[in-house]
Amino acid sequence: MILDIIISSLINGSVYALLAIGFSLIFGVARIVNIAHTAFYMLAAYFIYYGTHKLGVNPALCMLVAIIPVTLIGLISYRLFIDPIREHEAAVLIATIALAMAMQEIMLLIFTGDFLGVPSLVEGYRMVFGVKIAYQQLLTVAMALLVLAVVWAFLLKTRLGLAIRSTAQDREVANLMGMNESRVAMITMGVSVGLAAFTGAVIAPLAIVNPFMWMHPLIMMMAVVVLGGLGSIKGSFVGAYILGFAEALVVFLLPMGSYLKGSVALSIMILVLLIRPEGLFGIAFEEER
Amino acid sequence: MGLLGFYLRKLYTVFKGEVLVLPSRVVVLLFFFVLLFLPLVTQDPYLLRILILTSIFAIFAASWDLLSGFTGQMNFGHALFFGVAAYTAALLNLHAHLPPWGSIPLGALAAVLAGLVIGIPCLRLKGTYLALTTLAFPIILMGIVFAIPQFTGGELGISGLDRLSGSRITDYYITVVTMLALGTIMWKITHSNTGLIFHAIREDELAVRTAGINTTRYKLLAFCLSGFFAGISGGLYAHFMRIAGPANLEVTMSFTVVIWAIFGGVVTIYGPIGAVFILFPLLEFFRFWPEIRMLMFALVILLILLYMPNGLLPWVRDKIETECPRCKIRNVATRKTCRICTAQLD
Repeated sequence: MILDIIISSLINGSVYALLAIGFSLIFGVARIVNIAHTAFYMLAAYFIYYGTHKLGVNPALCMLVAIIPVTLIGLISYRLFIDPIREHEAAVLIATIALAMAMQEIMLLIFTGDFLGVPSLVEGYRMVFGVKIAYQQLLTVAMALLVLAVVWAFLLKTRLGLAIRSTAQDREVANLMGMNESRVAMITMGVSVGLAAFTGAVIAPLAIVNPFMWMHPLIMMMAVVVLGGLGSIKGSFVGAYILGFAEALVVFLLPMGSYLKGSVALSIMILVLLIRPEGLFGIAFEEER
Repeated sequence: MGLLGFYLRKLYTVFKGEVLVLPSRVVVLLFFFVLLFLPLVTQDPYLLRILILTSIFAIFAASWDLLSGFTGQMNFGHALFFGVAAYTAALLNLHAHLPPWGSIPLGALAAVLAGLVIGIPCLRLKGTYLALTTLAFPIILMGIVFAIPQFTGGELGISGLDRLSGSRITDYYITVVTMLALGTIMWKITHSNTGLIFHAIREDELAVRTAGINTTRYKLLAFCLSGFFAGISGGLYAHFMRIAGPANLEVTMSFTVVIWAIFGGVVTIYGPIGAVFILFPLLEFFRFWPEIRMLMFALVILLILLYMPNGLLPWVRDKIETECPRCKIRNVATRKTCRICTAQLD
């Protein structure tokens, strides 16, 4: 039981952390609230389904390859629909909602609403204290943690990461310092969508692939971002595991738990906000005027 | 008799001098006229049904504009008000046997309470934080609805409510008149002193506080007012469809109202109403191709936004009317000089 909770919260937490970091990156740099973020995650899962079931490609290869077309789709849709109206925040908001809806509907058209499955990368499981732990679950957690480390290194140790962080802090000054703001935004969009696609790829074998699979992670991702503090990577990381753990706890311990998991996690977020309105690790910015 | 004649002549002068000179006012007048007299021309139940639903959602979208457009309190969980009112109206109707004219206002009051409950924690939040936090409330409520199915009906919802009235035509008049009345009231609110403060809070809350205005009170007022209007629409919907279900609380519902309002143009009240009257029938029209109907809907929105990011109706209004640079009064775009101060229009 305890082990079940830990494994499940680790998986959920890692997924939420990856999604939340991508989401807060693009929000920080370009002030885009990208509702379509988890739609890209769904898209990646479908690419893997198509690759493994229809084309018969090796699942591992498929996962790596799936990230590329999804990132490309993300960049193209950013160029076509979001970049031209970036000045108008409200318009960007519903453009991303419409984008997510469009993707959901296209997937519904191509693959219908059936619940699909993707084969695991590694078969088999191991019994630990009487609990069945599939190798796939361990692999997912390990890959998620690895990528989190890579993203962290990318943001903190490279020049591009520096550019992204400084643009997030102050767009105008970053522009004056010679960073091409629109190019940084484009690259960030690529990184952010790439992260979403990667998350979709690693979670696909454990999740049920269907056109509506983006809804729940979207809500949890937003809760994580708010809980941890917008734009704080550490905050997203900690917030994701807190909410993932809360979800797992509710599902395993409460009757009707699977209905209440969202409610409890979101209530935790609101409780934290009552005490710290800027989130756990957020910085209370000087009011933007 | 002479007095009546005087008032009639005065009415005619005002009508000629204030309404006919501006195409937007003529359009609003025609809108009222067509909606009120449509049943004289056709009584097709399907058409009336669409218009009833459109009116209900128009109230809903306009109430979002009051809170998020005017006051700038981005609310991503507007379905909460709708759902709370729908469920309250349904429970009151089924268990306390209140007729619709009693349960709908009480449902709206419940939505006002919900507005207070979510308004208080949200007072400290701004902008995107607020938007993402408000998204959580309807989902929390939905979890509770699913967890106590013996009381709320769970996934199936509460069905078998009383009809709004006996006939389709009466239903039509109830909803359309309510919509027109509430729309006018909301428009009046936004043009009053309170509305001015709402505007100011959106533009610069700090400055409003500095001017000695209790912004907390006004923000809560905005939450409550918006909750009330959204609640009325929720109650009407529950009684018209005769069911209150978890679909009323879904994220999609919250997102759709954001789409309607922003598509029509925020900070206008008439924008969201117009947008619902364009988009909702459009969605019904797309039902000829049921598989791609939502896709077409999404694409229409994406494409229109590319060309008019401020919303459809303000864009149209700017095309047919120009503002006088000197006295800030609106004129038909065809005029060369301002109709009041005769300044050159460019």
